[in-house]
Amino acid sequence: MIIANQLFTGISFGAVLLLIALGLALTFGQMNVINMAHGELIMAGAYTVYMLQQVITSAGVSLLVAVPVAFVVSGLIGVALEILLLRRLYGRPLDTLLVTWGVSLVLQQAARDIFGAPNKQTTAPSWLAGAVELGDLTLPASRLFILALALGAVASLSLLLRRTSLGRRIRAVVGNRALAETSGIPTGRVDRVTFFVGSGLAGVAGVALTLLGAIGPSMGTSYIIDAFLVVVVGGLGQLKGSVIMAFALGMLNAFSEYQYGPSVAKVIVFVAIVAFIQWRPQGLFSVRTRSLA
Amino acid sequence: MFTPSRRHALLPATLLAAAVVLAGCGSKVSSSGTSAASAPAASIDTAGDTVKVGLLNSLSGTMAISEVTVKNSLLLAVDEINASGGVLGKKLTPVSEDGASDWPTFAEKAGKLISVDKVAAVFGGWTSASRKQMLPVFEKNKALLFYPVQYEGLEASPYIFYSGATTNQQIIPGLDYLKSQGKKTLYLVGSDYVFPRTANKEIKAYAAANGMTIVGEDYKPLGNTEFSAIVDKVKAAKPDAVFNTLNGDSNVAFWKQYKSVGLTADTTPVISVSIAEEEAKAIGPQYLAGQLTAWNYYMTTPGAANEKFVKAYQAKYGADKPTSDPMEAAYVSMYLWKAMVEKAGSFDVEKVKAAAEGITFDAPEGTVTVDGTNHHISKTARIGKIGTDGTITEVWNSGQPIKPDPFLKTYPWAASLS
Repeated sequence: MIIANQLFTGISFGAVLLLIALGLALTFGQMNVINMAHGELIMAGAYTVYMLQQVITSAGVSLLVAVPVAFVVSGLIGVALEILLLRRLYGRPLDTLLVTWGVSLVLQQAARDIFGAPNKQTTAPSWLAGAVELGDLTLPASRLFILALALGAVASLSLLLRRTSLGRRIRAVVGNRALAETSGIPTGRVDRVTFFVGSGLAGVAGVALTLLGAIGPSMGTSYIIDAFLVVVVGGLGQLKGSVIMAFALGMLNAFSEYQYGPSVAKVIVFVAIVAFIQWRPQGLFSVRTRSLA
Repeated sequence: MFTPSRRHALLPATLLAAAVVLAGCGSKVSSSGTSAASAPAASIDTAGDTVKVGLLNSLSGTMAISEVTVKNSLLLAVDEINASGGVLGKKLTPVSEDGASDWPTFAEKAGKLISVDKVAAVFGGWTSASRKQMLPVFEKNKALLFYPVQYEGLEASPYIFYSGATTNQQIIPGLDYLKSQGKKTLYLVGSDYVFPRTANKEIKAYAAANGMTIVGEDYKPLGNTEFSAIVDKVKAAKPDAVFNTLNGDSNVAFWKQYKSVGLTADTTPVISVSIAEEEAKAIGPQYLAGQLTAWNYYMTTPGAANEKFVKAYQAKYGADKPTSDPMEAAYVSMYLWKAMVEKAGSFDVEKVKAAAEGITFDAPEGTVTVDGTNHHISKTARIGKIGTDGTITEVWNSGQPIKPDPFLKTYPWAASLS
């Protein structure tokens, strides 16, 4: 029973990791932008839920509406960031780190000025308040919703990358930017769209997180490290590594936390990651490209 | 063409400059230990018809949810004191600094308030980690800090006045209450820093002496929001009650996830020592209804002094704003300092300290009295139950103010702690 319960806890924690890392797998993994403001894009998504609940009284409707709206809101913030700053910094990952970190501080303060320092709370719809009981197993409905959202996001993203012409272009630019450009692909526009999708996914993650924790100006900071870990360990340049690693880390975390407590669990996870990176510095999967960058 | 390279050149230079500044700060603090005896008392700027008071609270970061309200209530006390003529004929000018939920920042800003602004006293701090960082700064500079939050005890700095509860005024009455309700097994959940860890040490000593069993103990870093494994553990351990010492944003996540696995106030009640009215509002009453808290003051505490306090606070900050224990303790601390200064007839720190013994104030929580030896105040303990609307109503109180005993000298079971 405990094993089944922890299995589910691991899966649901993995789903959270996957949601917060998925956007980053695009912007960092594919575009090599170290976006420290990713956490604040998550925050923007969470505040979107709060704002929508002011307008739409039904908690369920506003949550469902919030998924696409948060995607667009965070996506637009991401595009603004790309156009105003990051475009000038491609190929200089360390500079993007500093600049986006500054941007994250600005966005946090902006949220504090707009919404106030205290946390905001949203009402969870009644159909997410309960839990599904399977014998001794309790599956919180909110966790199942997050899992569904994460899997939906992965499915739509891989469809986008594999089956659409936009996806082909994105993969072409990742594979070899110069060759893509000479073949007539407008790489600048592709970058912008990629960044829009990656940032938008952060917004969707923000929607999910309102079901778990607080909506506050500094909420993003507690997720950014985990998100980077997943992408780095999963390997840059493709999605499946991030997906597998999100669930693997979620599982490892859930079991060791149950067995040894949160502090030791963190140590175990980090040691495992360090050991893994020693063994496979390129991450779980890596993309071989012919680009020189 | 040159711009990027110049930017690159500037960055290391900036970092270097920052490092030099930081190193300077470090050496100043470390040299304090040796020269503390000979250091001159902090100079207070009493020229002119105003005197400055420092307000040091986290206005950003994970603790802002709580500390902003403390700052508001300190400002209310300043306004009221100024409206009634100030202190020793001088109006108070508040100087506010942001501790940013970062403990070294508290120490740095405290030093700035003392030596640059030359304030008469500093009011603020919330987490014990921030207080522990500020303590040497105040002792070195011989300046006063008024600390308004309940804490883990085992401390009595000559330069700090503690207007929140120490252990025997909050945690022990909370445990007494659980014991009287027949709770035999406890699960401890806390944030990972000095207050929860010390408090839980005391709780474990109490449990051992009172026939209670601790069935689990877990800590999460401040601000962490992943509690699914912990709530699973609580559910599997089936304790009679949970003792919650979580602080800040983590509480929101803990409560949402606690409820989501079907744990309720009926089956597994939780007693919290860091959730007051403001936090209850931010966490959401739907998650908290029926759960217990241990404090010395609630917004619903009866009495004329509290009615006046609540009315004044809501007039200044909005009719929907709740008042809470730390806010009340902060408000009280400003008045206690005023009374000490007036009794001393001077802003001089040593004279103010000497005047502290026996100072009383008709506080919203009831009359409080300063203990001049350990710098704590006597307070009535109150156990409350959170309602469906987020207000907290008292279900038990200690009947009379409990004398502060920060080192738990009057409790035999606590002999091994200090």
